[in-house]
Amino acid sequence: MKSVNTEIALTHILTRKRQTIVASFGVAIGIAIYICLNTLMIGTNRYSDNAIFKTTPHIRVYKEDEISQPLSKDTLNKNTTIVIVNPKISNISKNLINPVKLLNDIKKQDQVTSAASMVTTNLFYNNGKSQLNGVGWGINITEADAMFDIQSTMVVGDLRALSNTPNGIIIGVGIANKLNIQLNDNISVISSVGIIKLMKVVGFFKSSNAVTDKSKSYMNLATAQQLLGQGPNYVTDIYVKIKNPEDAPQYADVLSKLTGYTTEDWKAANELFVAGKKIRAVMFMFISWAILLVAAFGIYNILNMTVSQKLNDIAILKANGFSGSDVVKIFVMEAMVMGIIGTIIGFLLALLIVTLLSKIYIGADIGYFPIAFELSVSMTGVAVGLLVTFFAGYIPARKASKVDPVAIFRK
Amino acid sequence: MEKQVVLKTNCIGKYFYDPVKFKVLDNISFEAYKGEFLTLVGKSGSGKSTLLYILSTMDTDYEGELFIDNEKITGQNLNKLAAIRNKNIGFIFQFHYLLPEFSCLKNVMIPALKLGKFTHDEVEHQAYQKLEMLGITDQALKPASKLSGGQQQRVAIARALINNPKIIMCDEPTGNLDSKNTQIVFDIFQQIAHEFHQTIIAVTHDNDFAMASDRTIELADGKIINLDLKQ
Repeated sequence: MKSVNTEIALTHILTRKRQTIVASFGVAIGIAIYICLNTLMIGTNRYSDNAIFKTTPHIRVYKEDEISQPLSKDTLNKNTTIVIVNPKISNISKNLINPVKLLNDIKKQDQVTSAASMVTTNLFYNNGKSQLNGVGWGINITEADAMFDIQSTMVVGDLRALSNTPNGIIIGVGIANKLNIQLNDNISVISSVGIIKLMKVVGFFKSSNAVTDKSKSYMNLATAQQLLGQGPNYVTDIYVKIKNPEDAPQYADVLSKLTGYTTEDWKAANELFVAGKKIRAVMFMFISWAILLVAAFGIYNILNMTVSQKLNDIAILKANGFSGSDVVKIFVMEAMVMGIIGTIIGFLLALLIVTLLSKIYIGADIGYFPIAFELSVSMTGVAVGLLVTFFAGYIPARKASKVDPVAIFRK
Repeated sequence: MEKQVVLKTNCIGKYFYDPVKFKVLDNISFEAYKGEFLTLVGKSGSGKSTLLYILSTMDTDYEGELFIDNEKITGQNLNKLAAIRNKNIGFIFQFHYLLPEFSCLKNVMIPALKLGKFTHDEVEHQAYQKLEMLGITDQALKPASKLSGGQQQRVAIARALINNPKIIMCDEPTGNLDSKNTQIVFDIFQQIAHEFHQTIIAVTHDNDFAMASDRTIELADGKIINLDLKQ
């Protein structure tokens, strides 16, 4: 059976349909924008994270450059000669010791989903007289593809062609354009230690970063080792992919202790990107909350006005035995009905907008609008909307409950 | 027949503080009995309305003590007072004070629905009975705002009666009515008091109305100057 409070609240609402609809619509728009903005933000973050993870590993394990030390530190003993050396980067090999065992140890960790050994080297690409400098990545194809999904960035040729072409090289489209290189052309590559190799171009890739496309190339691990004049045990970096990229900074420390080498997580390597992401989150949060608050003010306003107009009615109800809490219930219920109607419309509106947005084509690289519709986010929006409505109703309702019937009747 | 006390006040006093401290009620002590049609008269400013609002339990800012049905009312919390009003007291005001969005029937039903003692259908049946007693059954489903003043006042009386309260309090119940409607209301009050043995306490400045009631208490300057004007 409907309680009498509900009946009164519903009658109030039904006799002012237009105001109810206006207030509900405010909430609807607030909720819809909240959900859409958050959906868009999650989608954008996911897209840009993915873009980052195509070139940056979650964690990179490498040997940090060491600064050379004075040959003798024994300044107390007057008999020794003090040798002073200008501190600079020491000429020690950047090789990780016993890389195969290290890689296997890292792969055994619970958190780690995949790991890959790398040799990176600075290069010059030469085609005829033209020359371009860049970075060569010596990779194990399966390991690296699992980590960076290189195959998806290939525009010409095939990543697997590397495995049956020992001197094969895959270059960025920027290099290909600048040096006018076609597929299956031979180019000569000079490494930082002066070793020259003739290499066959087996493919082009195109990442989302033009600078990368103009400098980076992939080759077999062995080829890179040869270019540096090193043997098969020479590995400069191990790239690690973990289950949750957000844990990377903490897990990087764990890996550092485990391996004894320096580690760098993707957040530290991309500080600007991480900062941008944070600013975006704050901005989106401000906008979505502001809109929800404006909607709440709409409800507050309408209820406040209702209360002021109904002082007489409230006094009568109180004279007839309705307590203060009954009056609060009546007006909060009115607010909640507006809030619930608004929330349902808002949710449907959000679904519609999200569906439409995800069909808008915005550019070659991103493709369609990056939309990640998550029910949990929508539910948060709905919960926040209802909460805000509740308070928007509660404040005028409390005012109504404090109406002194005697003061009204005596006027 | 021994008189049964329904309402009793003990040395009630009240101050107004605005604009200056001023004693509006002073040492008010009287009893009202079951089935009594009691009127309160006095000049404007004598404190009769103020007293009625204290008796109604809506005004709690006073000194002295108030008992309704042998229960001490003074000092109870607001929710308890609301429940007491709902069950034991009916109100009739000068300006009818119906809820304009509701039908007459709903207006009558609301206090009973609040009481929650009977089902919705039973309450509706009882409300029809009250409206029938007051001769306005045909207006039951009209919105309260569409009725004439006399009809509205009768709906308000039906509302005051719906929970069969022990006491019905009226503030100038006929102040806004013509003589024909005044007579109707008066007859109803007589019937309520003498046939149904409910107590009526009415504030009025209509001397004919007061003189026709069972007993009239006269107030002046916040004091009772006559406990039974007709003697």
